[in-house]
Amino acid sequence: MNAGPGRRGRGTRRDSGLQRNPGRGVLIGVRALKVTSDDEICRQLVEDLDVGFAALVEAYGRTAFSVAARTAPETEDAEDLAAEAFLRAYRALRRYDAARIRQLRVRPWLVTIVLNVSRNARREATRRPRAGRLPATDEPVAQGREASELVEVAAAADELAAHLRALPAKQRAAVVLRHVVDLPLSEIAAVLGCAEGTARSHVARGLAALRAAYGTATTGALPPAAVAGERRSTR
Amino acid sequence: MSPAVPSSLEEALRRLEVSSPRDFVDRVVARYATVAGPAGDLYVAWTRAGISLAEFASPGGEAGFAARYRERFGRPILPAANPLPGLAAAVRRGHGERLAYDLAGLSAFEVAVLQATLAIPVGEVRPYAWVAAEIGRPRAVRAVGSALGRNPVPVLIPCHRVTRSDGTVGNYGGGPASKEALLRAEQVNLDEVAELAARGVHYVGTPTTRIVCLPSCKDARRVAASSRRGFRDLTEAGSAGYRPCLRCRPRPGRSA
Repeated sequence: MNAGPGRRGRGTRRDSGLQRNPGRGVLIGVRALKVTSDDEICRQLVEDLDVGFAALVEAYGRTAFSVAARTAPETEDAEDLAAEAFLRAYRALRRYDAARIRQLRVRPWLVTIVLNVSRNARREATRRPRAGRLPATDEPVAQGREASELVEVAAAADELAAHLRALPAKQRAAVVLRHVVDLPLSEIAAVLGCAEGTARSHVARGLAALRAAYGTATTGALPPAAVAGERRSTR
Repeated sequence: MSPAVPSSLEEALRRLEVSSPRDFVDRVVARYATVAGPAGDLYVAWTRAGISLAEFASPGGEAGFAARYRERFGRPILPAANPLPGLAAAVRRGHGERLAYDLAGLSAFEVAVLQATLAIPVGEVRPYAWVAAEIGRPRAVRAVGSALGRNPVPVLIPCHRVTRSDGTVGNYGGGPASKEALLRAEQVNLDEVAELAARGVHYVGTPTTRIVCLPSCKDARRVAASSRRGFRDLTEAGSAGYRPCLRCRPRPGRSA
């Protein structure tokens, strides 16, 4: 896939990299994997909770991990948080009957649990600060790129992640769900427990706050790397 | 390839999505397998954090084992697609200490007991009082017995190597017959230990080195029976000028 600069198509985001298919133990391109829908996962969960749950982890591991990494304090380990959220989800599912599982909107339900775990970690962290690890951004190291440019991009991503963490909870959740993990507004509304219009305005306010954090009110295109560069040069 | 510099805030945010670590599913979902052991098959369950449960297998018992695992740990478990490296050899040869264990949920005392037990070499036995002394709780002999009775990973964490100092094998979750079968499969000199105990001998030494050992210690077993000297306790050995073996670490303590 070779999209032009600045146009990394939404539908092609998961093209790079290989993923292990645990059922068969073979490596296959992610693109070849049938996208497992919520309905399909529900069906599998009803049929065999543990087999269905493994499919659920495969399908939404990346989403859960990203939501944890971008909403929890950076001192927290996103993998620990995501794993804890999945275990909570499993323990809840063990108590649900088949009818309740069939009605479940799996992804927003799971994301709600991740946000709860993340919020608890935030509370814990303010009470008991501890050293931690920083999740790397998911940017493949491209060849032929200037090292300084890569460093600048990484620094800009860290800066953006920090601004994102500093947003009010609802805006932070709305922006992460909409723009980092690409959830539709209907699911974001379900997660936040509000109307779609309200969810949309949380996203919009969050974006506006991020732009303001960079000291610019420009709408539309905003290259954070360039902004970061300018700020350095004015120091 | 994505551009070096994101063209918009939305694009920059999209790049903050992070991949979950490799094999993240194994962090959440436990695996289990049936492994051939010296005294029958064993079900073993593990996650990336280590082995957390084992049971003696029974015909068609896998589903029950998986169900008990889920009940106890609240975690999904599936049959392993790939064997845990080193597991089969560790079970077959009695080298459980070469594997990692996840003992979360146990008390600090229980963990200490199991760790001390894991250090007992294959082919040897130790009294309950020895384990109690090893963990610095010499008076907690009965509690050691209870903790070993709750060992979640029998065979691999070799609680079968902790025996009564009267020379009998003592209690075992899988039944005393399994305990004896496991010990005999490891070539423990059970009959000799029992025969010595019947004569009131709990320690043996050799005049050449003036070192005193537990009777199942490999160093003690290298000594010819004719040049062996038996002791009732370490005080008796000490006054005869014998020092305790550094390998089997015989310890003064109450009998159990």
